[in-house]
Amino acid sequence: MPGTGARVTIVGMPEAAAVPLVEPRPPRKLYRSSDGRWLGGVARGLAGHLGLPVVWVRLVFAGLFMADGLGALLYAAFWFFVPLGVGGVGDQKPPALVGTETAPDGRRRLVARKPDKGQIVALLLMVVVAMVFVGNVNLGSGAKAYLLPAVLVGAGVALVWRQADNARRARWVEVGRRRRTLTLLRAGAGVLLVTAGVSGIFVLQGSAAHLGSVLQAALAVLVGITLLAGPYLVRMTQDLSEERLMRIRAQERAEVAAHVHDSVLHTLTLIQRNAENAGEVRRLARAQERDLRTWLYRPEGTGKEEADEPTTVADAVRRNAAEVEDKHGVPIEVVVVGDCPLDEGVGAQMQAAREAMVNAAKYGGEGGAVQVYAEVEGRTVFVSVRDRGPGFDLDSIPADRMGVRESIIGRMERHGGTARLRAVPGGGTEVELEMERAEKTS
Amino acid sequence: MSDPTETTGTNGTGGAAEAAGPTKAPGGGTGGRHVRVVLVDDHRMFRTGVQAEIGQTEQTGVEVVGEAADVDQAVTVITATRPEVVLLDVHLPGGGGVEVLRRCAPLMSDAEQPVRFLALSVSDAAEDVIGVIRGGARGYVTKTITGTDLVDSIFRVQEGDAVFSPRLAGFVLDAFASTDAPPVDEDLDRLTQREREVLRLIARGYAYKEIAKQLFISVKTVESHVSAVLRKLQLSNRHELTRWATARRLV
Repeated sequence: MPGTGARVTIVGMPEAAAVPLVEPRPPRKLYRSSDGRWLGGVARGLAGHLGLPVVWVRLVFAGLFMADGLGALLYAAFWFFVPLGVGGVGDQKPPALVGTETAPDGRRRLVARKPDKGQIVALLLMVVVAMVFVGNVNLGSGAKAYLLPAVLVGAGVALVWRQADNARRARWVEVGRRRRTLTLLRAGAGVLLVTAGVSGIFVLQGSAAHLGSVLQAALAVLVGITLLAGPYLVRMTQDLSEERLMRIRAQERAEVAAHVHDSVLHTLTLIQRNAENAGEVRRLARAQERDLRTWLYRPEGTGKEEADEPTTVADAVRRNAAEVEDKHGVPIEVVVVGDCPLDEGVGAQMQAAREAMVNAAKYGGEGGAVQVYAEVEGRTVFVSVRDRGPGFDLDSIPADRMGVRESIIGRMERHGGTARLRAVPGGGTEVELEMERAEKTS
Repeated sequence: MSDPTETTGTNGTGGAAEAAGPTKAPGGGTGGRHVRVVLVDDHRMFRTGVQAEIGQTEQTGVEVVGEAADVDQAVTVITATRPEVVLLDVHLPGGGGVEVLRRCAPLMSDAEQPVRFLALSVSDAAEDVIGVIRGGARGYVTKTITGTDLVDSIFRVQEGDAVFSPRLAGFVLDAFASTDAPPVDEDLDRLTQREREVLRLIARGYAYKEIAKQLFISVKTVESHVSAVLRKLQLSNRHELTRWATARRLV
């Protein structure tokens, strides 16, 4: 059933040379679903895998249950052997599943969380089937008494196993720490149920009289095993966690090494080639420094893959400054205080700021670094771009030069902001841009 | 890497200069200013570079009396030479600049001749900056600073003022702006309107002199504002700063 990749026969080629249209996708693996499951997520996982509605799978299990409890056995086997996947959270499942073949229904429900009507129907059916099963199965009066303890044991086991699943899931999805007491409670309840069930069986076997001594003996054995194997177990877990730590460290180091190798060595080579071109060397060094800085100091440590378009003020200002710096070879120092998402007006402000940076780099660059300061305070976004060049007087610029008037002042005013140009006391020019953020953002 | 014996008292005149002490040395074009400095940095190349740039005592008034490459050396050299200003790198073998500050704390509060620290680092990450400032450094400048600016900063620190780079001012503004909750202690946790204004101008790249002109106040007033900010930063309550740091995933 899997691997029915569409085949294309290319005209003029022998049939045998037909190539699969789709890249041979990774073999679809069966996972149990952790989303919206009742017990082990087997039915959900199967439904997702086969592309069937969940209810059907559940019904089949329920039906099989009638056949001397085969369904339950099957379910348990699946639960035991199939690893848990994160339904709809991670992309453990092949994305190719969406929209393929029969029913997208099962898939969609896989992602959805809330219980649907099908679930309730299936649950009711399961209860009914279980009752019928219990009523009809010819167990003999003696064996019938074992049913309750068996159910108890089953419930306890299910509880504990689900617990283990949750612990595994917690590695992918951060689960709040508050749940810990709940976790312990559940584990405790599970153990209690199993103990009760097992004791019940003992009692039924007529060995109630010996129960005390049996429990004692069991306890003694348990204690003995713990004493003997305990240290090894502790040691093993410690070794394991240590090893994991080392592996993570090694991975991180490898990542850093790869990055340094890629970009720094590349830049150094370029610098060697351009040694006599001072401007180019400076530009390369600066670009590299900036790159390394973002990479090292970025909070998440994942500065490599950035979105194409900046979405916040801080992002936009830094990006613009970097681009202008690269293009004009003038160092631009950026200080950003606060942050907020971009909206239309602020976006225009960023454009104007970029224009101001270009001007500062072009005409005021020889005086030293251009200083850019952006601040988000309450509703106001303020950007100042300042150079230490010869300074400049707006009135003395011919009317046909539209750079400042249109791109900076005009643009700001059209979007309801203000722009001011002024001479700095120590020499140079400063452009101040101020804009109110749009209403809807928080 | 050099050994301590080599690094202690590089130019040998340390003792003599100390004897000359606060009596302003008759220097060249420095207006009679004189300051004794210890360089702490684990890169020898960098120490040599700084020494070459600011070490001409006749022109700059700065006398480098010692160098150190790690925390232990630094403490030894600083205790032995008792400089007025220490140029301190943030990342050092043996615990970093913060460790040096911790172990030199008694020297900093010395009433007779306090040792003052100016952090000089290539890193401008927020946790480094805030860390050494809270450790007691009187200022923070990045290594991209020019020689003249550095000399200027050294003298400023010697006189007891704080030196903020634009980026540091940005961090401080950020730290204080993001806490909108009513502060426990108004005096310590809030920056006044004026201090904020001064910080903003620093963040915009203004020199102290320019700020004074802009706000129609004297340079001394600017300096006292900046010192007040520094004091608040060192004393501002732990809770707030921790929250700030966690929000940025610094801790």
